[in-house]
Parts: sequence; structure tokens; C-alpha cells
Amino acid sequence: MAFVEERTKERMVINMGPQHPSTHGVLRLELELEGEIVRALRPHIGYLHTGMEKTAESKKYIQVIPILDRTDYLSPMINNLGYCLAVEKLLDIEVPPRGQFIRVMLCELNRIASHLVWLGTHAMDIGAVSVFLYCFREREKILDLFEEVCGARMTVSYFRIGGLSDDLPEGFTEKVWTFLREFPARLQEYEDLLTKNPIWLKRTRGIGVISAEDAINLGLTGPSLRACGVKWDLRKANPYSGYENFRFFIPTGTHGDVYDRYLVRLEEMRQSREIVRQAIENLPDGPYNADRPDVVPPPKDQEGKLLAYGRDPEIQGPEDMEALIRHFKIWTEGFRPPKGAVYQAVEAPKGELGYYIVSDGSAKPYRMHIRGPSFVNLQALERMCVGHMVADVVAIIASIDPVMGEVDR
Amino acid sequence: MNPIQARTLEKVAREFPDAILEVEEFRGQVTIRVRKERIREVCRFLRDDPELEYKLLSDLCGVDYWGMGLKPRFGVIYNLYSLKTYQRIFLEVRVEEGEGVPSVTSVFATANFHEREVYDLFGIPFEGHPDLRRILLPEDWEGHPLRKDYPLGYEPPEFSFSFRTFREPGVGQEEG
Repeated sequence: MAFVEERTKERMVINMGPQHPSTHGVLRLELELEGEIVRALRPHIGYLHTGMEKTAESKKYIQVIPILDRTDYLSPMINNLGYCLAVEKLLDIEVPPRGQFIRVMLCELNRIASHLVWLGTHAMDIGAVSVFLYCFREREKILDLFEEVCGARMTVSYFRIGGLSDDLPEGFTEKVWTFLREFPARLQEYEDLLTKNPIWLKRTRGIGVISAEDAINLGLTGPSLRACGVKWDLRKANPYSGYENFRFFIPTGTHGDVYDRYLVRLEEMRQSREIVRQAIENLPDGPYNADRPDVVPPPKDQEGKLLAYGRDPEIQGPEDMEALIRHFKIWTEGFRPPKGAVYQAVEAPKGELGYYIVSDGSAKPYRMHIRGPSFVNLQALERMCVGHMVADVVAIIASIDPVMGEVDR
Repeated sequence: MNPIQARTLEKVAREFPDAILEVEEFRGQVTIRVRKERIREVCRFLRDDPELEYKLLSDLCGVDYWGMGLKPRFGVIYNLYSLKTYQRIFLEVRVEEGEGVPSVTSVFATANFHEREVYDLFGIPFEGHPDLRRILLPEDWEGHPLRKDYPLGYEPPEFSFSFRTFREPGVGQEEG
């Protein structure tokens, strides 16, 4: 007996990852174990570092957008929105209501898609493999909608500085309606599988508890912070892109454990669906791009002919020379925002996603810093995991939902 | 400048009369440049002030002003957010190459990763940081890539194949 006790008190350091199915990418954790109990945890990151911030410094403002699709690859729309809003703040542009509504609609669809991946992988990590298949079925439909709108499923680059790359295709809203109509029943299906499932409850309740004070001190944001009972959502606190026009509420938890994070995200999906519904019902007509010819390229007609600003697109004429020149200038020279630094934060599915852009008055960002929520949230992992079993580490990682593309950038 | 930003500035100016070097306002954002020795105290004051409660260090990042010709060369930007007033305030510290900045990890635990990142990519050491190591790059990496004078594109391709070197030995070698 004494021998066994002596053995379990001995600390053992083991590596989890970087190639581990439940670390959601190339995250490496150095675990210090006492038997099965985690006593210390050190995350090691950087395996996916591609220098996106450095790359952005040698690209024109508009060329940065495709890079950002690849940071948090599960929510490309929201990444693009944050960056576009930051540059628009730098240029002092306001996007017209139609553009804003379309942006909000697609962002919320993207939030649902991102949460579906989280739910599927979270459930699979704990052992409920079938949920993964159901979640991906729904996500597929959202990706189909994205494909319809811009031709890409994940690397969308649909939002542009000053508006959108194109208007919504015909019949798009009906397709979104089809999705919205069937989604609540699907969500109920996942809830039936998990919410009252005794195994699920045992694996998630009281696991990875963090207090609100600790969470704020560690910089935790997004659903993980709201699960601690902090009612803070950037969409409500500092509304951007017309979020003040939508009615929704912020779900919060009470215990700050894995189960509460699960419940908060599930409710967030319902709220996102509600926002998408409002966006479609109240979708205004009119232009979707800001009236800034120096930033927004001229519109095109069906055949790809450039149209003059302010001209009725119904009138078919020869290609407009002014428009051609402006198009050429925007794509070769870009535009030059004034000197200064701006920070714009948006509520990404994982938390606060911010862009800090310093402009030196040239056509390229002098410095672009990405404040990735996954990167910051990862710091809270140690506080959550210490004292729990190794198997719980898997559940806790999944519950803060890190995407390594964003952590390492 | 909105009332809360003005109030913050007023309070900091009263508490630390010698710490403020410059105040900048751009697009509704207020950046206070503070003396680097006082940064930790200013952060602690803003965090603990019952009226303002800047409890969340939302972001911390570095900027290299070398290309803009500014002196001192590096800036470290602290992005503080108040969960009470929903307002942001930016603090900035400027340092020359090789100079250290006091770490704020004792005030905000979240600064740990951020400061490691700034150290890794800019080479700014943080004094009093509990675990100052490279975070994104390998430990044996040379240089700090986000510095503006970091050479670009000098990494040789790992695998290259050229028909010219293959057919005429010695021809392609001077091309590298």
C-alpha cells in the first residue's frame, strides 16, 4: 500500500500533442501528472506559425483579406468583418444599411457553423461520435450557402473594405429560410442526445471550473467568459455593423464549468438564428457598398462590364472609361488611409477578435496585429485543468474551442 | 473624447502627474503615452479604480516605428477595457532597442502570453516576467521577424532542382 502511494506521489511529465486528435490541431501540452491527476500544464504553441502579421505588412489593404480567412478558418466571415471594420474606421467609411445587414446575416450563419464544429468535435472527444455526424450535416448546409454567395466554402473573402464583393444572388433568402425553418428541430435533436445524457453530465458538470474574476484577469472572452456569469458581449456592449438594430439576448451561465459553456453556446446558436431571421425579414434595399469611389471598385454588370458610378445599371452602354481607370487604380495602387492607429474588436465565436492597425499613410498597413481570442483563451487552460484527470483535459480543451490557425497566426 | 475617456485621462493625470508624456486622439480612440517606469502602477491604478474598472487587458502588442523614423524606436501598446463602462483606453510605452519594459503580468495575468509574443517577435525584454521565452518561433530562431529591419526572403529553398545545373555542372552554382 505504501509502495502504491509513493508511486502515485511521483510526478510524471508527459506530452500531449502536437499530434493528438483531441487537441484540435497542433497544440502541444506539457502535463505534469501525479497518477492520473494533472498538477501543472504548460501549453506549447507555434507549430502553425506562418507570420501572417508580417505578411500583411507587404500587402495592400485589400490583399490582406484572403490571409485572414485562414486565421480562424472556422469563422472566415467574422475575421473578414473585423478587419474590414478596422480599415473602414481608419478611412472613416460607413457601409450602407443593406451591406451591414448582409454582413450581419452571414456572420451569424458563420457563428452557427463554427459552434456546430465545436459541438461536434467536443462531443466526439468525450465519446459521442454520432453527434459529430449530425453537426456536420447542418454545417454543410451553411457552407453551401456561403458557396452560393461567393463561390468559396471556407476561404470566403466576401466582405470588402467599404462593403461586399457582390450582392446576394437571386433566391438566396429563400434558401436561408429553408435552413432556418429546419434548424430549431435539428438543434433539439442534439439537445436530446446530450443535455440530459447522464454520461455527458458526468463528464462535463463541475469540470474545468473558473471564477469570473480569474477569467477576466486571464483575459478570457466570449462564451467561455459568459459561462462564468459575466454578461458581456461586444455585439451589445459596443455595437458594430448595425447590431444595435437587432433584438437578441446574451445567454450566461452560473458555474463556469464545461457544461455551462456547452449550454451558453447552444443558446447562442438559437440567438444567432433569431438574428439571421430578423436580418432577412428587414433586409433593406439600396446600395450595399459605401459611396467612396477611391476605395470601392466600380460595379460590374452581368457580363463583367464596368459600370459608371451613379448610372442606372439597366442602361447598357459601352464600357465606362472613368470606371475602368478607377478600377485599374484601385487594384494596382490601392488607397492611402491617413496616418494613425485604430483598434476594432468584434465578437467572434470564440471571443473578442480585434485588429490593431497602424497606418503610416501608405497603401499597405504599417503594422497589423491580430488579437485572436483562441490565443488568449488558451492561457486559462492551466487554471481550468489543474486538479482534474487527464481525460478531463480533453473535455476542457474542447470547451474553450481553440483554433490553432488563430493561436499561431 | 467622450466623458469617460476624459475622466480617465484626468484621473491618471492627477494620480501620476509626471508619468504622462503625450496624449493622442484618433477616430475616437485615446492613447496615453506614459513613462515606462510607471506603466505597472498606471495599469494597477486603472484596474483598481472603483469608478473606471479597467479590469480586462484586452490586448498588448508591439509596434516597430523604425520605418516611420520615430524615436524611440519600439512602442508597446496596452489595450485596457472596462467591463463596467464598456470603454477602451490605450496606453503606450516607447523604448529604444535593447531597453526593457516592466512586465504587467503581476497586474493582469493575461499579459503573460502577450509579452512573450512581443519579446519573441520584436525582441523587447520584459522585466519581471515569470517565464520569458519565445512563444511562436522555435527556441533557436535568430532575430525578431516583426522588426522592420528583419531581412525578407533570404531563406534558401529546401529543395530546388534546375535542369541547367543538372546538365552543365557548375553553371547554376553562382546563381545560388
